[in-house]
Amino acid sequence: MRRQLEGSRAIAETVACCRPGVIPAYPITPQTHIVEALGTMVRKGQLAPCRFLTVESEFAAMSAAIGASLTGSRAYTATSSQGLLYMTEAVFNAAGLGAPIVMTVANRAIGAPINIWNDQSDSMALRDSGWIQLHAPDNQAAADLHVLAFRLAEELSVPVMVCVDGFVLTHAFEPIDVPEQEIVDAVLPPYRPRQVLDPDDPVTIGAMVGPEAFTEVRYLADRRLRSAPPAFERIAAEFAEAVGAPQRRARCVQDYRATGADTVVVALGSVTGTLRDVVDSIDGVGVLTITMYRPFPAEEIRAVLVGARRIVVLERALAPGASGIVTSDVRSALAGLDVPVQTVIAGLGGRPIGAASLRELLARPGLEDVTFLDLREDVIDRELGRETVREPIAERDGEAAVESAGERAGA
Amino acid sequence: MPAQSVKFYQVGSRAVGNRLLDAELRTEQSSAERRNSITSGHRACQGCGEALGARYVLDTAERVTGGRLVTVNATGCLEVFSTPYPESAWQVPWLHSLFANTASVASGVAAALEAQGRTDVRVLAQGGDGGTVDIGFACLSGMFERGDDVLFVCYDNEAYMNTGVQRSGATPAYARTATTEAVGPIPGSRPGQGKDLPRIAMAHEIPYVATATVAELRDLEAKVERAMSMRGPRYLHVLVPCPLGWGSAPAETVHLARLAQRSGLFPVFEAEHGEVTSVLPIRDRIPVEEYLRPQRRYAHLFADPPRTDLIERIQQIADRNVARYHLDPHEIPHEEGA
Repeated sequence: MRRQLEGSRAIAETVACCRPGVIPAYPITPQTHIVEALGTMVRKGQLAPCRFLTVESEFAAMSAAIGASLTGSRAYTATSSQGLLYMTEAVFNAAGLGAPIVMTVANRAIGAPINIWNDQSDSMALRDSGWIQLHAPDNQAAADLHVLAFRLAEELSVPVMVCVDGFVLTHAFEPIDVPEQEIVDAVLPPYRPRQVLDPDDPVTIGAMVGPEAFTEVRYLADRRLRSAPPAFERIAAEFAEAVGAPQRRARCVQDYRATGADTVVVALGSVTGTLRDVVDSIDGVGVLTITMYRPFPAEEIRAVLVGARRIVVLERALAPGASGIVTSDVRSALAGLDVPVQTVIAGLGGRPIGAASLRELLARPGLEDVTFLDLREDVIDRELGRETVREPIAERDGEAAVESAGERAGA
Repeated sequence: MPAQSVKFYQVGSRAVGNRLLDAELRTEQSSAERRNSITSGHRACQGCGEALGARYVLDTAERVTGGRLVTVNATGCLEVFSTPYPESAWQVPWLHSLFANTASVASGVAAALEAQGRTDVRVLAQGGDGGTVDIGFACLSGMFERGDDVLFVCYDNEAYMNTGVQRSGATPAYARTATTEAVGPIPGSRPGQGKDLPRIAMAHEIPYVATATVAELRDLEAKVERAMSMRGPRYLHVLVPCPLGWGSAPAETVHLARLAQRSGLFPVFEAEHGEVTSVLPIRDRIPVEEYLRPQRRYAHLFADPPRTDLIERIQQIADRNVARYHLDPHEIPHEEGA
């Protein structure tokens, strides 16, 4: 049944239907509404016997999730931005240990400068942590993906990150159908861990591995992660069937008028809706939304993009000094094809990505390799202007500084 | 295997030897039935105090829980020497995640067991002093503060031994380490108390805090047993000499642990809910010099000329411990006697 819900609330209710066993939580904006809601449900006994741990940091949150998961409980947590970076060591560790934890990342910029608003710098920074990364294009998908995430994580014994644009989705109210308990139960069987701490079957988990086998361990991790796309497609189909809504069937990549289009815009996350609106009124332009970003579904992407004459990758994160992160992945997926791949950096630190700007952008006859959407040239010029007149601090002091400045002015 | 009535007994102290006791009163380590939680064949250095301490602690915890025990281990010597893939010395369920997060992982394990209704299974977390007082401190404090049902054991060898003997927050004043070399006007680790984690743990008012050394086997085993008879966060801090880091003979490990206690530098006590409940009195106190001299990490204090000023400051630390914990039996009021 569709209800008017905040995105965070829908995610929390969906996670609740997944019957988590342990939820360690630490607050950070804009993820807080999710764990607040779950904490209340646990308090009211609605999730019994689930345990809700108020830990002292995100690092502890992920660590407790690792402990719980490897003791045979379904573990969930949520974070954002600085919090994700603060738990980074444990994020990699969870993947290495094969702990099928599910974590919501309410995407938010990373400081400095500190900024609480949305972009995808946080999850992008951890794209190679060994987790499966799913990006929700809208709030219905954000809810549904959590069911798929638990099932996928536990099938493969790999942790899954569900990335949801902060504020844009987490704080948006819209009609959402939270999957019903019976449906979730049908799709998501009880958690059966691959290895577990158990006095009746004592195993050593997390041993030290040296040069003689480390490469093989990493090879197997890569191999297992690469098996995720077909598994995801299968589970998503099963889920869509169970909810009786074919339009809610998630895919690794979502093709919107992209196959056969001249220009294809590639994007992740909530900008999908705006993009689809925009291309509806432009001939020959389609949208490819990447839902599964890790493992990178290169074959699926190539299959859609193979006929395009121009690819525009809309990036909600920036790799300083190297520009587009997703662009590099898309380029490697298109190896051997003679097609320009252009990068548009957009929506950093909460700047809205407006339809008018996108329309103007796509109408430009030539697009540079890298474009910053809606870049405020006046701010840039002002800052650059200041930098040219500013002296290094050491020279700003006393007579020497005056002399030095004078000499420079005279030169 | 033929049963031996006595396999291990203490000598060289005032402790009663096992062979004089009834079988049921003997230490766990003297029992042919002991669990060998960390079994032979691991790669600890000769004379490793930590390996000894871990064996005593875990075998006792295994016995008193009837084998219903799971363990979480910090990165460090204990983890490295016990689990070179594909081998493992552990006969108990054992999980190693990271260096800093041991207490949090243990909290998660305890929460999972509680959620599953398996409260018969107990959780023991263990790490070295670096993983406890330094990098793992925040997680440990959180575990204490939340009241999680975990016994955390710190094997304190007073420096980062696994990485080659660098200073930790538990390194004592003037001790030489690779990052506090014995040079300059104030050689070795900077003066001060270091991070006194047993007292910090007590400030959390958790049910049980105890210190022990590998020299007092019966005392250590009794404290593990006491700890496991309680629920909630418990903390056990065990002094474990390290021949490599301390520059001492491997055969001297137990002896040095005893000298640390007898000098007053390592006070041995128990506390419940923030209050000291018992101490191991020092009946035959020694000057700190007797403890310091056999260790190469203090060699610079005994050079020519000797640094009697610094030795005196170490003596003051010992004196303060003796006064604070009433370790001198003649000063102990009757009602507080151990």
